[in-house]
Amino acid sequence: MNRNCYRSDLTFFGSLRTIRADVRDVCLVRITDREVMPTATVPPRASIVHVIGQSTIGFVTTVGDLVLFTLDMLRWLMRGLPRRSVVLQNMYEVGVRSIPVVLITGLFIGMVLAIQGYAQFALLQMETRLGAVINMALVAELGPTLAATMLAGRVGSAMAAELGTMRVTEQIDALRALGANPIQYLVVPRFLACFLLIPMLTAIADGIGVIGGWLLSTQSLGIDSTYYWHHSTAYVTAWDVWTGLLKSMFFGAAISMIACYQGFHCGSGAEGVGRAATSAFVLSFVAILVLDFFLGMFLN
Amino acid sequence: MSQNSTTSQHEPFDHPFTGDEFGQPIIRLDGVSKQFGDHEVLRDISLTIRAGDTVCLIGESGCGKSVTMKLMASLLKPTSGHVLWDEVPVEQRTDEELVRDRLRFGYLFQGAALFDSMNVFENVAFGLRQNTKMSEPYMRDIVAQRLMDVGLTPATASKMPSELSGGMKKRVGLARTLALMPDIILYDEPTTGLDPIMIDVINNLILKTRKRRPVTSVIVTHEMTTVRKVADHVVMFYPLSRLQPGESQIVFEGTPDEAFESSDPRVWQFVYGEAGERMQEFAA
Repeated sequence: MNRNCYRSDLTFFGSLRTIRADVRDVCLVRITDREVMPTATVPPRASIVHVIGQSTIGFVTTVGDLVLFTLDMLRWLMRGLPRRSVVLQNMYEVGVRSIPVVLITGLFIGMVLAIQGYAQFALLQMETRLGAVINMALVAELGPTLAATMLAGRVGSAMAAELGTMRVTEQIDALRALGANPIQYLVVPRFLACFLLIPMLTAIADGIGVIGGWLLSTQSLGIDSTYYWHHSTAYVTAWDVWTGLLKSMFFGAAISMIACYQGFHCGSGAEGVGRAATSAFVLSFVAILVLDFFLGMFLN
Repeated sequence: MSQNSTTSQHEPFDHPFTGDEFGQPIIRLDGVSKQFGDHEVLRDISLTIRAGDTVCLIGESGCGKSVTMKLMASLLKPTSGHVLWDEVPVEQRTDEELVRDRLRFGYLFQGAALFDSMNVFENVAFGLRQNTKMSEPYMRDIVAQRLMDVGLTPATASKMPSELSGGMKKRVGLARTLALMPDIILYDEPTTGLDPIMIDVINNLILKTRKRRPVTSVIVTHEMTTVRKVADHVVMFYPLSRLQPGESQIVFEGTPDEAFESSDPRVWQFVYGEAGERMQEFAA
């Protein structure tokens, strides 16, 4: 909408004698013709209702697109697996290369839990029960969410950036032109790698966290190892471990789909790729927390 | 090179069009429009490409030439109108038919679009691996042959795309395009950004490819030496923003000689590279 403003009505009849001559010359503008001054389009100022409406439409559209993208991926997954070499390459990238970072975070989280919990439990003279709390927190919540967060940061952003670059440089079009379906060739292997390997990364995070917590509790804080394990095994059940691993599979699926979606729909240029990588991490992180909440409610 | 060692799902080396099909419409755009969001790029384009022809699409940057090529190869879907291959609308094909028929097209992308994570051999062999079950030694022979066809030594095969110059990337892209022996080759600005010698090398490769096999070629280019040297027909596009309402976006269709002798200032200004009154736009 191009809005014009008319200057014919702008006539200055102020007391011109009272102002300086040079200023008066500038101010003495009397335009008798209806001179049309095309001005730049000024968008109407968005009210809070507009902002909420636009955000809601944007959110629903994105979620809908993501769901359709996921269904498309599942359709291609049902048609057949991609080449083994492509899947293995993705599994190596997602699984094997994530092990060091998962080991480090898992170990330190176990030890931090021991330090933070010990002070409180010592006040109640229940130090030997520290193991139960550390191990429960690790296998049910912290192991799965930490492994997923590490995966989102290390792998999800990289996936979005890689696929975004492929899109910007027409490599995705080139795949299609050479008879490959980009969803089957690029998305399905990444989904499989994340979905199948995240439980293993979670198990590694759980295991190393348990060892870290136990080592610090028994070797540094002086808790008796026998009671530490006795309370742990009495409180933490196999169901807790399995639900943690099951949750991680949902996290892995969400991370891979969000990252691939962001990569496939990234904007042009380096800025678009950077934005896709950042969005992939932020949205994955939000998805992990939201899924954790709902899965926690459902599984408990 | 033993052809017996192969068993292919889709044989890439048969020639679906025969002598009788020469001159028949092989690609047709029928009232095609394309819009990206609110931005309209093409409006009501109708264009026919005939088997065996070499057609150059020319026009200012941003007038929709590359989009037209992607529509021809069904890498983009039109907002309205139809794209027909062999007089059959693309949308009437199933997914499998579309993938199979798209293999008749070879597409040389503007920046070559080589896969960064693969070396030259894997790039050229990609289409063969994806669509055939040929043996590894036979595939190596074909890749070496295609690289030699574009003037590259087999030693180039182990290099990564990041190690190649612009001209070499284009030639590897052309080798990858030719590996599946397409019937229709779409070249998107094959000479842009290259030095004059390399431009002539690419022009000669286009001619050599056509001489070796009876391919149909569509070339998007800004290079008039390419137009003069390889084109049978020229189609000139004009940006929608500069057209009067109701005017066709295709402002010229004819032979290269006709383009260079055109009385339409839009055409001769473009082919002779003269800005003319367009300079006034920049003087403001």
